[in-house]
Amino acid sequence: MAEESRTKITHAGKLGYSFRRHMHERFIETFLFLSALLSIAIMLAIIVMLVKESLVFFQHVSIWQFVTDTQWTPLFDDAHYGIMPLVSGTIVSSLIALLVALPLGTIIAIYLSEFAPFTVREMAKPFLELLGGVPTVVYGYFALLFVTPLLQIIFPELPGFNLLSAGLVMGIMIIPYVSSMTEDAMRAVPMNLREGSYAMGATRFQTAIRVVMPAAFSGIAAAYILGISRAVGETMVVAIAAGMQPNLTWNPMEPAATITAYIVQVSLGDLPHGSIGYQTIFAAGLTLLLITLLFNIIGHVLRKRYREIY
Amino acid sequence: MKSVNNLEEIRKIIGLHKKWDLIFMITGIVALMIAVLTFMALFAHMLIDGMPRLSWEFFTSFPSRRPESAGILSAWVGTTLVMLVTAFAAVPLGIGSGVYLEEYAPKNLLTEIIEINVTNLAGVPSIIYGLLALGLFVYQLGFGQSILAAGLALALLILPVVIVATREAIRSIPVSIREGAYALGATKWQTVSDHLLPYSSAGILTGIIIGLARAIGETAPIITIGALTFIAFLPPSPVKSEFPYLSIEWLTAPFTVMPIQMFNWVSRPEEAFQLNAAAAGLVLVVMTLAMNGLAIYLRYRMRKNIKW
Amino acid sequence: MQINSEKPIETIQYKSEVKNLSFYYGGFNALKNIDMVLHDKRITALIGPSGCGKSTFLRCFNRMHDLYPGNRYEGEIILHPDDVNILASNVDPIEVRMRISMVFQKPNPFPKSIYENVAYGLRVRGIKQRAILDEKVEAALRNSALWDEVKDRLHHLAFNLSGGQQQRLCIARALATDPEILLFDEPTSALDPIATASIEELITDLKNKVTILIVTHNMQQAARVSDYTAYMYLGELIEFNVTDTIFIKPKNKQTEDYITGRFG
Repeated sequence: MAEESRTKITHAGKLGYSFRRHMHERFIETFLFLSALLSIAIMLAIIVMLVKESLVFFQHVSIWQFVTDTQWTPLFDDAHYGIMPLVSGTIVSSLIALLVALPLGTIIAIYLSEFAPFTVREMAKPFLELLGGVPTVVYGYFALLFVTPLLQIIFPELPGFNLLSAGLVMGIMIIPYVSSMTEDAMRAVPMNLREGSYAMGATRFQTAIRVVMPAAFSGIAAAYILGISRAVGETMVVAIAAGMQPNLTWNPMEPAATITAYIVQVSLGDLPHGSIGYQTIFAAGLTLLLITLLFNIIGHVLRKRYREIY
Repeated sequence: MKSVNNLEEIRKIIGLHKKWDLIFMITGIVALMIAVLTFMALFAHMLIDGMPRLSWEFFTSFPSRRPESAGILSAWVGTTLVMLVTAFAAVPLGIGSGVYLEEYAPKNLLTEIIEINVTNLAGVPSIIYGLLALGLFVYQLGFGQSILAAGLALALLILPVVIVATREAIRSIPVSIREGAYALGATKWQTVSDHLLPYSSAGILTGIIIGLARAIGETAPIITIGALTFIAFLPPSPVKSEFPYLSIEWLTAPFTVMPIQMFNWVSRPEEAFQLNAAAAGLVLVVMTLAMNGLAIYLRYRMRKNIKW
Repeated sequence: MQINSEKPIETIQYKSEVKNLSFYYGGFNALKNIDMVLHDKRITALIGPSGCGKSTFLRCFNRMHDLYPGNRYEGEIILHPDDVNILASNVDPIEVRMRISMVFQKPNPFPKSIYENVAYGLRVRGIKQRAILDEKVEAALRNSALWDEVKDRLHHLAFNLSGGQQQRLCIARALATDPEILLFDEPTSALDPIATASIEELITDLKNKVTILIVTHNMQQAARVSDYTAYMYLGELIEFNVTDTIFIKPKNKQTEDYITGRFG
């Protein structure tokens, strides 16, 4: 036995209940609860702010006109408020981006998760993460001053601002998000499923496509949804490289503004607070939020239905 | 039992499948190379254009009408101050929220709503945060187009990143640690502050750095709150020579930040300004890469050192 | 397959011969100079304390170790009647796995329908004709005593089955391709006693149809189902004989200690 220590710890005389300690704990818990509640407050504030300003806007402009008018010229004397030109620019640039990001991101994810040797994976993953950390304004610069001139060699008639170059660069920009989430989902598939497939004589590719990807479906769907929201909500690349002129077109070789680029254009000028021009950006923002929320809801439904069951 | 198909056929099929394996492997490497080469092209292009402009004067000069004497002094000072506000707001709130959700939250509808909401917030486009800040901070609360408004806007933007990182870091600590602390008579908060937070600090720090790196590069929300793009002065200094030595005047000052400065230069038609944009972009990329690199390194070390 | 009576007796008796097999995980010598045989259409059990290498040995038969880097085989596993060493570097592990199926410790159905799970091995071989698939799937499910329970919900997700049913589905999946050897890696360790009994019954029924090698941590199970038993310890094969002999009068003292529970 060790020697008995000289200082003795005195215990409280009777078992009881410390009111002070209890209050202290409650106080901290309340602070933590409030900070968790903040995320809901932010979401509500976003919705309230956008809806409030949009409501004022829709007192001037009917929803019908907003949806059907084919021109968006709120700052002209002959003002038109049709959201379609901005929506078309958003759709075209997003589609190009997704055509690049989803296939390439998926292929990279399958390669890294199922094929690549350990060292390649250990090097590629941080590299892709760094790629995802490059500021979007830098990608915009790259699209305008590098990719567009490059494309003009192939398509001499391509204008300096165009949706094609913005979409391509945006696609490259989104690859890391798609690939890293897809790869995480695939790596989460337990080894015994893969072994089951290999034990049947399947090759790596067959195992990846027929067993691992279906098993990781909900995670891959979430990755795709995130990629879509990124493309739709991306601002700087399109504002810099696709121009800020609203243009109802489905042709990627033309310049056109997206919803986000329009908000930037208005913000760069100095519109007085409370003017209809000021309210248009909130209406545009509300449209954008509804589009991204729609995809988020689709994502939730997919995840609920195809939750990982292994 | 009769065999399903004969050996020759099986051999042929295996050969075919193996060819597919190989084709896919090459496709994978090509896809990865596309990403790598694009990044190389981007970096090289900026380096060639921007490197000649990088000098001591570039960092110590205000923006100017003459491209060759323009610099990024007001931009990097502005970025630093905005980040200060962002970190100050996002770190305690994000950690608090993460700790609550992971350790305190009861399993009920409200908790579930908060959890879903955090994921949803992470998917909201950054420019929407700009609109929120414009309506709420700039006009409703009267902060004006100030460092405070910008910093808070970015804080809201990176809050989900900090929350998620905190939760994941705390979740990876085994239950036995908590039980050990409780068994010695610790209260819940003592368990959290003495054990869970210190042990997860590297993970949380990683999340904070990644969040701040993202905030540094964010342009859209700051443009939306109407930050001026031509600022040839510095905000008032936070440190004063007379009592009380610290000042918060800078919080309400107008400002510019690095990505805005770069955007401003990119949108000028003169080529000389685009060289400035390349130089500013170079500084910005190096800054964000360094921060992300640090985060990756921290995570790597953490994985190597701690094996629960 | 050839008609059996035309073959000389000796080659029919042995489905496989293991000759001086050693196995290494990196620098760790996990199996040491094992010599053994698998009798054709008989059940052979591998027993021994955990970590003795019995699962490692089993996984040599379908070259599962090839999936992970740093693993190395030495020696031979001869598969009859081809007389081919399946460990040879010029033998494709994929081909080996098409002829030697495996059932794992934990049921691991794929996230597909019951039907597609069973049909997977056939699809991997490029078989697309619906009629053949239907026939093979039904036969395999009948052979694994699952047909009556699932015939009305063949296109439901396999995860909705109970643990025992999932394991029988995995057996059906392995049977659908008419394997020559069926490997079982502790197939009942994750199951309750009732499911275990049904799996054991199924394994006994499969005797005379296919050669079976089963790893088990449960000595009663080995005694109940197997014809031959091998006792392994620390990567070595200590004793291999007819099951009754091993359990009633083992020749080796170590085996006896393990069987009678005096081990350790």
